[in-house]
Amino acid sequence: MGVGGGIPAALTAGSLMNARFLAMGIALAPSLPGGPLKRAAQGQTVVDSSWALANRGDGTFDRWLLFGTTVPQYAAWTFGSVVGAVFGDALGDTERLGLDAIYPVFFLSLLFAELRGPTSRRVALAGALVALALVPVTPPGVPILAASAVALVGVVRRSG
Amino acid sequence: MTLSYAEVWWLILGLAALTALIKAAGPVLLGGRTLPPWSSRVIVLMAPALLSALVVTAVLAEGRSWSVGAHTVGVAVAGVMLWRRCSLILCVSVAVLVTAGLRAL
Repeated sequence: MGVGGGIPAALTAGSLMNARFLAMGIALAPSLPGGPLKRAAQGQTVVDSSWALANRGDGTFDRWLLFGTTVPQYAAWTFGSVVGAVFGDALGDTERLGLDAIYPVFFLSLLFAELRGPTSRRVALAGALVALALVPVTPPGVPILAASAVALVGVVRRSG
Repeated sequence: MTLSYAEVWWLILGLAALTALIKAAGPVLLGGRTLPPWSSRVIVLMAPALLSALVVTAVLAEGRSWSVGAHTVGVAVAGVMLWRRCSLILCVSVAVLVTAGLRAL
């Protein structure tokens, strides 16, 4: 891990990378039952892909689908990290394998499933433009959180 | 600057705690309330906004600058295939092959 400004700077940078989970948690909140502690615990299961998969498209989330898609991902991710830490050197430069193309394609397929009507298409386009515009001027992570604010057009727009 | 072994562990624990707070904030602060009717329309639109932002920043940005690489081409090809309703497994495989192929040139 390369660090420029010590632990506070690293903590800030890391938290900003995860800031999008704030928006995802707000979206998920009405779908979670129980008291604050139980909801806080359930909120921990949010990762990008399971959040998108559990989204029913009507403003609610299937929380069991959320938990069920996070658990195997977490197991696979931990397993992958261990394998990478132990055997990573043997693979050499993993960039040449092209594996970094996997996750954008996966998210693209989730995105296409969300494009149900003209409003969602415009919001997706606007979110992409906001994110790209902010890339040069904000720390990584902020462009994605800012893009989620585009969804606020839902306050005045009716159709999805 | 290089971090000591102990500092790395403090950093990991600190980040884990902050991420847990970030993930808990929405469910804890909003969970028990009755939200206004427009809130579900906003929530519906969060998925397209967030997913497209994730895709473009993964494909067209590197740190704090715009950048285009072999994976940009690979994902673009797969995007067209997804649009033409090819299977996800096929699209992912093509994206990886195109990206790796371009890097091998």
